Amino acid sequence: MKFLENLVLKQIRPNFTEGGKFERYYSAYDALETFMFTPDHTTHSGAHIRDAIDLKRTMMMVILAMVPALLFGMWNVGHFHNLSNGLPSELWPNMLYGMAQVLPIVIVSYAAGLGIEFILAVKNKHAVQEGFLVSGMLIPLCMPADIPLWMVALATIFAVLIGKEVFGGTGMNIVNIALTARAFIFFAYPTKIAGEIWVSNPGTVDGYSGATALGDLAMTVGKAKDVPEVTNIVSQFSDGGMYSMYNSAMGFIPGSIGETSAVAILIGAAFLIWTGIGSWRIMSSMFVGGLTMAMLFNLWGANAFMELPPLHQLMVGGFMFGMVFMATDPVTAAQTNTGKLIYGFLCGFLGIMIRVFNPAYPEGIMLSILFMNVMAPMIDHYVVAANVKRREKRLKLKTA
Amino acid sequence: MAGSITIKRGKDIKLVGASEKTLHPYSSADVVALKPTDFNGVTPKLLVKEGEEVKAGTPIFYEKQNDRVKFASPVSGEVTEIVRGAKRKILEIRILADKEIRYEEFGAADSSAMSKEQVTDKLLDAGMWPLIRQRPFSIIADPFSMPRDIIISGFDSAPLGPEMDFILQGQEREFQAGVNALSRLTKGKVRLNVSSKHHGATVYKDIEGVDKTEFSGPHPAGNVSVQVHHTEPLNKGEVIWFVYPQEVVIIGRLFLTGRYEATRRIAINGSMINKPAYAEVMGGTNIKGLLAGQLKEGHVRVISGNVLTGRQVAEDGFLGFFSSQVCAIPEGDHHKFLLTEGWLSPGFNRFSMSRAYPSWLMPNKTYDLDTNLNGEIRSFVMTGQMEKVFPFDIYPMQLIKAVMANDIDKMESMGIYEVDAEDFALCEVVCTSKIDIQKVIREGMESLRMEIA
Repeated sequence: MKFLENLVLKQIRPNFTEGGKFERYYSAYDALETFMFTPDHTTHSGAHIRDAIDLKRTMMMVILAMVPALLFGMWNVGHFHNLSNGLPSELWPNMLYGMAQVLPIVIVSYAAGLGIEFILAVKNKHAVQEGFLVSGMLIPLCMPADIPLWMVALATIFAVLIGKEVFGGTGMNIVNIALTARAFIFFAYPTKIAGEIWVSNPGTVDGYSGATALGDLAMTVGKAKDVPEVTNIVSQFSDGGMYSMYNSAMGFIPGSIGETSAVAILIGAAFLIWTGIGSWRIMSSMFVGGLTMAMLFNLWGANAFMELPPLHQLMVGGFMFGMVFMATDPVTAAQTNTGKLIYGFLCGFLGIMIRVFNPAYPEGIMLSILFMNVMAPMIDHYVVAANVKRREKRLKLKTA
Repeated sequence: MAGSITIKRGKDIKLVGASEKTLHPYSSADVVALKPTDFNGVTPKLLVKEGEEVKAGTPIFYEKQNDRVKFASPVSGEVTEIVRGAKRKILEIRILADKEIRYEEFGAADSSAMSKEQVTDKLLDAGMWPLIRQRPFSIIADPFSMPRDIIISGFDSAPLGPEMDFILQGQEREFQAGVNALSRLTKGKVRLNVSSKHHGATVYKDIEGVDKTEFSGPHPAGNVSVQVHHTEPLNKGEVIWFVYPQEVVIIGRLFLTGRYEATRRIAINGSMINKPAYAEVMGGTNIKGLLAGQLKEGHVRVISGNVLTGRQVAEDGFLGFFSSQVCAIPEGDHHKFLLTEGWLSPGFNRFSMSRAYPSWLMPNKTYDLDTNLNGEIRSFVMTGQMEKVFPFDIYPMQLIKAVMANDIDKMESMGIYEVDAEDFALCEVVCTSKIDIQKVIREGMESLRMEIA
């Protein structure tokens, strides 16, 4: 390590510090140096010792938590591609095809996002903050596998610039970056991210329409429950059907790259909760919120979509992925512990509501989280106000 | 025993290098210093010149806002040097101590027969009033006000904090005399908060005239604000005074002997100390002699006080006025490669409250921590970390943000009067974004104090 330290810190560094050849690019150099070496900064005021945690470690933990969903996503992409083309679904061919489809998206997302971050850091002479390390992975995971790469780049640039940098960068944004990118494509290029596009380069084999479970369910809205079109779809959700509970939970259904397998996502959730990085409050209350709304719809039962069993309702679409990775973003979620419970509950509750009430937006979760991101500061405001009121009451009791 | 209270949120950071309960053979230092910067919000006005002879108890400077609050010399001898910093700010008044200390005689007195004014006058005249401080703001108490209560936190819960049983051993009589004097100063209670876990229950066993409360739980259970918050919270407009145990003893000595005897016991510890132990020293002592032969090889940071709230001092610097501890830990001014010591390392040796390092699976592990920030300063990103180590019904992050925005109304309503910078020390330790929170809070409190003054 001494060799590397000498090379980087003694040979390369002087080129970038004041008076060096590339002085202007110090921020970019600094980002890479601090990536390799935690700097020699020591405490100057206050506590003399500090926790070993930093933003890099935090972000790394989240990325690790996404690995199961990413790997499964790659397999899933290959799986449906092969099946729809009449090829056997086998582990390695599936993985290889999936990797070929997914890795370019990951690379483009990181390149575009980090590119913007570095350019702005150099221009404004500030450090590159690590926020995008997670966003860069979240963006591919909530995209369909066939999304054109230029769209990924454009959406990422939009999300980083308009979603984050205009507000002041990492830690200052109002809404989740990855969801901003997804929403951008959703509204700008709806045909590329909705409808029957969810099987990658589909073949001609019957039964792989390229729709998602939610897309199919949305077709049932506004129709009588007993017409064949509806009963056909509903039968897909029973045991042995394409969208059976087992298939939905395991992830053997088409969908965005990372969202399909509840099991893979829950492994990530367990890791996030175990390390304490992800908020169990948000995850659990969002789960309860979603279940509650789904149960209420069950009771109502106006159409087949509403009648889907609550747990099944949560396993399809982006609910689990949104719950574990999107809603828990600490910057855009509520920040008080009580606030987190309320925020999470409403994310789930509204997500299922939007999904069922407005079949044009089958991805209700994305919209509900974005909406609750905007509402989160207000929730916190009232939670803190309650605390303030308690204090005032105590004072009044005292003076009374 | 009036009651017992358990503090749930907090953290005992276990460090290498705890003091053994023995006294270092150590001959008293020849130079001591009084540092006006040890007192929040004090503007010193000098009463002595370089070269002047003083006795123990001779006032050295007074507070500009209130000329009756004087600060006495802890030793007799010659004022050798007045050290000034930027804008001629007085940093240290150094006094070369005599071999045999001569005292100003203030006369012994029985405080039980004295009024509040008489006790106050006696402490003011002896230059010992600064031993008593107040919340809010942690400034020297206003001698002419009436505090709701007087709080003595009988134990130190900070990492490697000294054990009061050992510090106060054999001084029960002085402590009792101090308590008696303090009880004349308030119409409320004198509260003595003790902790059996944090070593400090036996010396207080027979102390009378106090309301005792037993505290248990992790640091910051020993902090005055935490104790006040959990016994009888401080409301806006109320004032409490607080005194540390060794200062109670020093006050007690005044009433028993009529002198300002500023000797105190301190713990000397930390991973960079060869033989961590205790020592009996003069208040404000030069620590060079104290650390002679004690420091290990390497780049060391010496702290007067504990690692959470203490102040860095030079290896030939001076003990802080209120310090009962000198701690030495390694400086962390080296780069840490990501895979071996840095953010991608497995990190079995890295202390973290976050569980992002596996070291949390070993709760009894003791750590040799250095002063590295372990990261770079970032915007606030993570939430929910501070609440785990902040045992108040206050939202720490929201309060910090209100202070950063200098929003006086919000600071008040969110509870700034109930806390002190030291209560945020653990928040600062756990902060992922490495923000200097104690400094933020201290500055916020100063600006609030100016605003309402």
